[in-house]
Amino acid sequence: MTDMMLKVENLHARYGAVEVLRGLDFEVPDGNVVVMLGANGAGKTTTLRALCNMCTTSGTIEMEGDDISRSKTADIVRRGVAHVPQGRGTFPELSVMDNLKIGAYTRKDKEVSADVDRWFEIFPRLEERRDQLAGSLSGGEQQMLAVARALMCRPRLLLLDEPSLGLAPLIIEDLFERFAQLNKETGLTMLLVEQNANLALDMADYGYVIESGEIALHGPAEQLKNDPAVQEAYLGA
Amino acid sequence: MNWNFEILPDFIFNGLRDGAVYGTVALALVLIFKATTLINFATGELAMLGAFFVYVLNVEQGWWLWLSIAVAMAVSAVIGAVVERALVRPFDPDDHLPVVLITLGLFLIINAVAGDIWNYQVRRVNDPFGHFPSWVPNGSELKTSSDGTIACLKNADGDLIEVARGTADADMCEMVGRTFFEVIGARLHYRTIGTWIGLALALIALAIILGKTKAGLAFRAVSSNAESARLVGVNTGRTLGFGWALASVFGTLGAALVSPALGGVNPNMMLTILIYALAAAALGGLDSLGGAVIGGLVVGLIKSVLVSWFGVVVLGQAYFSILQLAMAFLLILIVLLFRPAGLFGTRRIERV
Repeated sequence: MTDMMLKVENLHARYGAVEVLRGLDFEVPDGNVVVMLGANGAGKTTTLRALCNMCTTSGTIEMEGDDISRSKTADIVRRGVAHVPQGRGTFPELSVMDNLKIGAYTRKDKEVSADVDRWFEIFPRLEERRDQLAGSLSGGEQQMLAVARALMCRPRLLLLDEPSLGLAPLIIEDLFERFAQLNKETGLTMLLVEQNANLALDMADYGYVIESGEIALHGPAEQLKNDPAVQEAYLGA
Repeated sequence: MNWNFEILPDFIFNGLRDGAVYGTVALALVLIFKATTLINFATGELAMLGAFFVYVLNVEQGWWLWLSIAVAMAVSAVIGAVVERALVRPFDPDDHLPVVLITLGLFLIINAVAGDIWNYQVRRVNDPFGHFPSWVPNGSELKTSSDGTIACLKNADGDLIEVARGTADADMCEMVGRTFFEVIGARLHYRTIGTWIGLALALIALAIILGKTKAGLAFRAVSSNAESARLVGVNTGRTLGFGWALASVFGTLGAALVSPALGGVNPNMMLTILIYALAAAALGGLDSLGGAVIGGLVVGLIKSVLVSWFGVVVLGQAYFSILQLAMAFLLILIVLLFRPAGLFGTRRIERV
């Protein structure tokens, strides 16, 4: 199965004595947008962290057929996985420009500055603030910066952890439009963790619902949207 | 009250000279604090070790002084990185107490080992900036006492310009020249200017390393947000080792610059300097490199002008001279009470 970007089987993860993930199975097909829904504490963030080997895990994580569950975080980044963590994960004491440069840390080619220009074109607000410290940006700008920084490593799989958190509705809509556009134009595969289920399911191809560290429900995004249980729990219907 | 303003410039120069040394050592403290938010109490002893390397290479082995300093800085860098790898990295970075205890233990071990190897006598070192014989004014005359222990230099008018004592070695007498020039009636020693230049060059080098190199960018990223740094593929462990190496280099530079002024090297040479450097770093803000330097200069000035000049000279209270260290602790206390982030440190602001 070469058209599978990510194939996860029986994923367990724990923080100390607390088992957070209890045997997850899920797949992210190449070029798709997959969304993970779930309540606070269900294990969504841990799932994304587990993929980048940022916590203790067991189970298999295959990326394009290779097991990466024992790989170092830096090697996983080199394979093309970019992670925008919850709370944006920008470097507040670094300038916007340096934030983008550090995003390209694993790259050795000469096209880094060309890529910076490219993302400045798409996020012109960042170019206006290129020499400002990231910590001085607004929440929406920081989220743009976090995404642009993640894109600087030329990822093939983008992990987004609650990008809408703390942002105004208009900014969230704008952000999701950009995600959809990125996916359409570059074929970038995305795994999105979101509380804002409506917007996320609109954009996604497929969805999973996590409850207490297990997959409770999964299906095509359209189908989940019309599922009464999902509507009640996550769509406020 | 004896407002002896004529000698005030001397005290200011001395204060800024000592302050430059404190600033250099404070840079070493701040580099490690930025990376790990912990205070490395072994900073001073690692620097002392570096000063002994300079002594061994230059005095014992007869290497060129500047080469000795450069090699000592490089060796210190390796030692700093090894210490980080072997003694710091195995521990949980979020639990500070064990690591701080380790740096304290390291402090005692290095001090004891150095004492065992070199004993606690002060060993004379050569001063990179002390004498400039070629600058001896025309027509001046060098005279040495018959046993060679005192040398004096007179200018053409017969005025005494410089006296050097304790130069038992006849060759040293040959070297005697002016060690200072006069500015607004005060002696500005070449050594003082040399220390300033050393600090300035160190700052420029640091600015280039941190601002223009990939390793420097990674270091700033790790100290800003370690988790995100990992997520962009930075090897945080190796980056912290790099920070320790850099810190050791600056510590060694500071110790090498100050050792001639202390009369030489000895295993206890950095004890009080570390306290002043801690005060400097606390004043400037523990995570601000520029603050460390300014803090160092301010601490040097307070020590020299406020305590030595005002306390001892103006008030005529000799006991003020023993209050210098107490002043450093008082300063740390005041800063921590009223402005914990220091003058230029980051005050933590959370934005969601």
